[in-house]
Amino acid sequence: MTKAGSPSPETVKGPLWVNAEITYKCPLHCVFCYNPLNYASTFDAELSTDQWLKALREARELGAVQLGISGGEPLLRDDVEVIIAEASKMGYYVNLLTSGIGLTEERLAAFKKGGLDQIQLSFQDSTRELNDFLSSTRTFDLKQKVARLIRQYDYPMVLNVVLHRMNIDHMEQILEMAESMQADHVELANSQYYAWAMENREYLMPSREQLQRAEVICNNFRACLGNKMKLYFVVPDYYEERPKACMNGWGSVFLNIAPDGLALPCHEARMLPGLEFPNVRENDIRTIWYESAAFNAYRGNSWMKEPCRSCDEKEKDFGGCRCQAYMLTGDAANADPVCSKSSHHALIADAVALAQQPRASDDEVRPLIIFRDDRNSRQFSHE
Amino acid sequence: MSLTNNQPLRFARQYKLQWETAQDAYVLLYPEGLIKLTGSAGEILKRIDGNASVLDIINSLQVAYPGIDLQQDVIEFLEHAHDKGWITVA
Repeated sequence: MTKAGSPSPETVKGPLWVNAEITYKCPLHCVFCYNPLNYASTFDAELSTDQWLKALREARELGAVQLGISGGEPLLRDDVEVIIAEASKMGYYVNLLTSGIGLTEERLAAFKKGGLDQIQLSFQDSTRELNDFLSSTRTFDLKQKVARLIRQYDYPMVLNVVLHRMNIDHMEQILEMAESMQADHVELANSQYYAWAMENREYLMPSREQLQRAEVICNNFRACLGNKMKLYFVVPDYYEERPKACMNGWGSVFLNIAPDGLALPCHEARMLPGLEFPNVRENDIRTIWYESAAFNAYRGNSWMKEPCRSCDEKEKDFGGCRCQAYMLTGDAANADPVCSKSSHHALIADAVALAQQPRASDDEVRPLIIFRDDRNSRQFSHE
Repeated sequence: MSLTNNQPLRFARQYKLQWETAQDAYVLLYPEGLIKLTGSAGEILKRIDGNASVLDIINSLQVAYPGIDLQQDVIEFLEHAHDKGWITVA
């Protein structure tokens, strides 16, 4: 018998979306990275090509159809060509999420031949100076060149710029850059405060005024563009009164596979204590998805506490994000404190209040920022 | 913008139609998402091949489903798909 409110195995639907984080190695050191702080601990345990293909085949059999190949920087692996070609044959819509570093014309041609459907290219800013500072690299010109190549090979291109306090005032220039690159979709999502972005939250969260300005610019641009370029603008969930429907519910559509084979219901779940996440080396995806304790832990609503349990919006937002609830309140089964009904909502309100302070000068802020790099990650691994 | 009857239609560059056994439905795939189509939406869109026009699609459906007047519904759905940017004139 299943508990009231927990879905019976027959009603659990298969995954639709697989995110394959094939490596956490990355030439960039972005200050808002959502990879786990201790990512460097996976370096010696990465899955082989065959292990990836086996997991992808099993997920496809359950009905998964969208595939993101991401990282880290996925292009640091030399089997991306094989993974793309095989996944495409399996019937996935294959999306490569890349910083563009290492995307040569030769590789682009091979990906095209293999059936890659889409490329998502990330930029840190519309200016060389800030792009290179935020990623702690000199990559701006290279990315421009890669964007031209992507167009030349006629890929649908999603341009992704993570927004935050330091670059959001460049909204207009960012949009002009996107238009000149002929991007099909532009994602301008504020950084979400997990992992490295959580460490740097104070320096990343924009003020209300910054957000309002950015939104006006975005709406004006959208009105001019029509169907030509689709524009997504996402404000930080801290500014909302209700939490995001994180992952459309735990174990509902999304399956993340980390470089070391850990199967996770979201990018961040590795941080949650008390859950033993299954590894695709030892388990098939069917068992992982339907039977593992970890994937069933927050399915349905029987795990909910008040105020979620009696809330009439629980089917809409599923109580928000488990990781955010854990990070901020110490208990993953609590309501996401973004919700104004949460007894911990003051934690969010305080962080938002702090973000209304006048912006410190770049010279003051920059030395305080923690970069995502291997040295820092190893330090976090030991903490 | 409305579609003319005789121009061939194709999917927009980033859209891909695919039959999914697991969902027992056609799905429309695109960057960052997918749409599970209803039975009739799937029947209409699967006839888009870069050659068939609005009229061809209506005729083909009329043969598959004789005795039902579906012309207006098909035109409305194709215009919806066109407004959404899923399909375009080939």
